[in-house]
Amino acid sequence: MREVAVVAFAQSKSLRRELDRNEVEILIPVIGELREKSGLATGEIDFICSGSSDYLAGQSFAFVSGLDAVGAWPPVSESHVEMDGAWALYEAWVKIQMGYADVAMVYGFGKPSMGDLPETLALQLDPYVLTPLWPDAISIAALQARLCIEKGVTSERQMAEVAARDRKNALGNPYAQVKGEFEIAKLLAEPYLASPLRKHDCSPISDGASAILIASEKRAKQLAKRPAWIRGFTHICEPQDLGVRDLTRSRSTEIAAERAGVRKGKVDVAEIYGPFTHQEILIEKALGLGASTKVNPSGGALAGNPMMAAGLTRIGEAARRIWDGSADRAVAHATSGPCLQQNLVCVLEGN
Amino acid sequence: MAELCGIVGIGQTRHQAARKDVSMAGLIREAAERALADAELTWKDIDAVVIGKAPDMFEGVMMPELFLHDAIGGAYKPMLRVHTAGSVGGSTGIVAASLVQAGIHDRVLTVAFEKQSESNAMWALSISLPFSVAVVAGAGGFFAPLVRGYMRRSGAPEDTGIRVALKDRKNALKNPNAHLQIPDIDFDKIASSPMLWDPIRYLETCPSSDGACAMVMAKQALAEKAPRKPAWVHASEMRSEPTMFSGRDAVIPRATLDNAKNLYKKAGIRNPRKEIDCAEIYVPFSWFEPMWMEGMLIAEKNEGWKMTYEGATAMDGDFPVNMSGGVLSSNPIGASGLLRFAEAAMQVRGQAGEHQVDGARKALGHAYGGGSQYFSTWIVGSDKP
Repeated sequence: MREVAVVAFAQSKSLRRELDRNEVEILIPVIGELREKSGLATGEIDFICSGSSDYLAGQSFAFVSGLDAVGAWPPVSESHVEMDGAWALYEAWVKIQMGYADVAMVYGFGKPSMGDLPETLALQLDPYVLTPLWPDAISIAALQARLCIEKGVTSERQMAEVAARDRKNALGNPYAQVKGEFEIAKLLAEPYLASPLRKHDCSPISDGASAILIASEKRAKQLAKRPAWIRGFTHICEPQDLGVRDLTRSRSTEIAAERAGVRKGKVDVAEIYGPFTHQEILIEKALGLGASTKVNPSGGALAGNPMMAAGLTRIGEAARRIWDGSADRAVAHATSGPCLQQNLVCVLEGN
Repeated sequence: MAELCGIVGIGQTRHQAARKDVSMAGLIREAAERALADAELTWKDIDAVVIGKAPDMFEGVMMPELFLHDAIGGAYKPMLRVHTAGSVGGSTGIVAASLVQAGIHDRVLTVAFEKQSESNAMWALSISLPFSVAVVAGAGGFFAPLVRGYMRRSGAPEDTGIRVALKDRKNALKNPNAHLQIPDIDFDKIASSPMLWDPIRYLETCPSSDGACAMVMAKQALAEKAPRKPAWVHASEMRSEPTMFSGRDAVIPRATLDNAKNLYKKAGIRNPRKEIDCAEIYVPFSWFEPMWMEGMLIAEKNEGWKMTYEGATAMDGDFPVNMSGGVLSSNPIGASGLLRFAEAAMQVRGQAGEHQVDGARKALGHAYGGGSQYFSTWIVGSDKP
C-alpha cells in the first residue's frame, strides 16, 4: 500500500436554508479556500472525485454543474459517486493506490432544503414494497431507536446526553448549525417527533459542502507540515431490508473497523456521522471506542448535517486534529442509507 | 500499477423496451449470474461490488444501489455507486478495474443497468430548476445542433448518418442480445423515417431500453487460472469539462482529444487505426460515429465521415466499429457504456459469436455523456499489457 495523507480541508457553514446560493455557488468558495490552503491550481491536481445526489437537487445530472465550481479547464480526470463525498474520497484514494494519481481533490455537496428531506429519503427504500408506504426517514430511525431501547442498548436519557455533548462541542465550531448548552432534564421534557425520538435526537437539515485534498507520500510532505496519514480505509454495506439485519448493532461498522485496524492503537479523536443520537451510540460501540477517545469534537452531524458532504466533513474534521497536534490517531466514520445501512471507516495517524 | 486486471466473466441481459417480467433487482441479477457463470465463480468469490447507472430519476428511486446490491451478493461487502452521466457505464468499469489494479481486492463484480420502463427518460432529462435554461427536448434536442456543426465544418455528405445507422442495424441482427432487430432494414427505410431533431431521423436514434451488463474482474494470479481466456485491461482514461463556456468546441471537445492522447500513451499505442483491431464506441445518434472517429484521433480532422463512407467501420472494414449494433440498437443508458467496454472485451476473448471480428487482439471501449463533456475509455487486449 502507498502512503497517502489528507493534506487540506475546507467546508461551508451548515445552514438550514441557503436562500441566495445554488449548489455551485456554495461550492465555489469552498474549493477556492482549498486551493488557497494548498497553493495548488486545478492543473496540478491529477484526479477529482465528487459525491452528491440528484434527488436532493431535484434534477438529473445535478453534479454536472459542479464542474463549473472546479473550473475544469483544461479538461480534468474526474469521476462522481451518487454517495456521500466520503466514498468519493475512497475512490480517489484507490486511484492514488493504483499509481494513477499523486494528488487528488474530493468534494461533496447537497442542498436538501429544496425539498422535504425526510420524505425524499423515503424514495431510497425498496420501491416495490416499502416506498409506496412513504415511511419518512425520522419514523424509520425511530423504529431502530425503539428496538435499541427495548434491548437495553441505550436509553432516552443517554440519547439526550449525546445530543447535549455534541452541541456543546459545536460551540467551538464556526461552521456548525445547532450549538449551545442544553440541560438534559429540559431536553427530556420536550415532546416526541416520532417516539422515542425528540427533536434533539435528530440531526438538523443542512445545506452545505466540503472539500478535501489528499496526496501520496512525497507530495503530502510538501503540502502539509504534519500530514494526516490514511492508515486504514474501508467500507461495508448491509442489505437494506430492515427485517434481515440486527438493527441494534452496526455489523457493517464492526467489520469495517476490524479491517481498518481501528483497535490497533489508541484512538484520540473520533468523528462519527450519526444522523440520530441512538445511531451515534451504536457506532461508538461498533468502533470499540473507550473513555479516552474524544468523540465528535466538531459537534458531528447532530450539529450540522449537509447531506452528501457530512461524511466527508467527518474525515476533514478528524484530519484537522492531526494537523494541529491535538491528536496522534483519529478515526472518521461516514454512513449512508436507512438505519446505518452502509458505513465507512477511515483511520488517520500523525506519525 | 500494483496489479494487472483481467476480465474473467461477462454477462448481459437481452435488452428490450420493457422487461416487465423482472424487477430492477431481477434485471441486474440476471446479468451478474451470467458473468459469474462465464467465470465459473459463485457470489462468495466476489470481494466487492461496483454498481453504475445514469440519473436516479430514470427509475424514480433515490440511490437504488442501496436496495439492489443484496440481489447481486453484495451483503456485507464494500459497494460503490458510480454516476458520471452517459459515460457512467464506462466509468463504472474503470472504478471496478481500479480496485483490482490498486491491489485492494482480488475479485470485483461490476454491474451497470437501466430500467427505463420504470420511468420516463425524456421527463427525467427535461426538469429544469428556477433560473436555469430549460431545454425540454431530451438528449436529441441537445445533440442535433452539434451534429449540424459537424456537418458544416467537415463537409460530410448528408447521408453519412444514414449509412452509420444502416451498418449498426445490420450488425444488430448478428447480436442476439440487441434490442432493435429490424430484419428488412435498408437505406430507404432509414432515409424515409420521420425527422425527429433535424438532421437526426427516427431510425438514426437509439431506443429506450431495459437492460444490464456485468463483468467479473480478477487480479493477475486469479485471472491466469480462469477457465476461459481473460481480457486484460491495458489502459483506461477519463476526462471531463464544463457543459458550456465561451469558446468551447462542443462538436469535438478538447476533453475527448486529451482523453484519447492519454489513453493511447498509457496503452503504448502510436497509430490507433492500425494497432486497434476494433472498437465499441458510444453512438446514440448515428452522426456520432464519424465525430468520435475524429474525437478519438482514429481519423484526421474533418475526415471521420470518410471512414463510414468507405466502409472502414463495417464488420469487414479495416476498423470495425460497433459490431454489437451499438447504442443505436440497445440503450439501457446506465449500462450502455459498460456494454461498450464489455463488448470490446468479448472481442479480444473471442466470445462475440456471430458479430466476432476474426483475430481481434486489441479493442477500444468508449463512452461519453453529459453535453458531450464526459469521456471514459479503455483498451483491452488478449495479451497482457
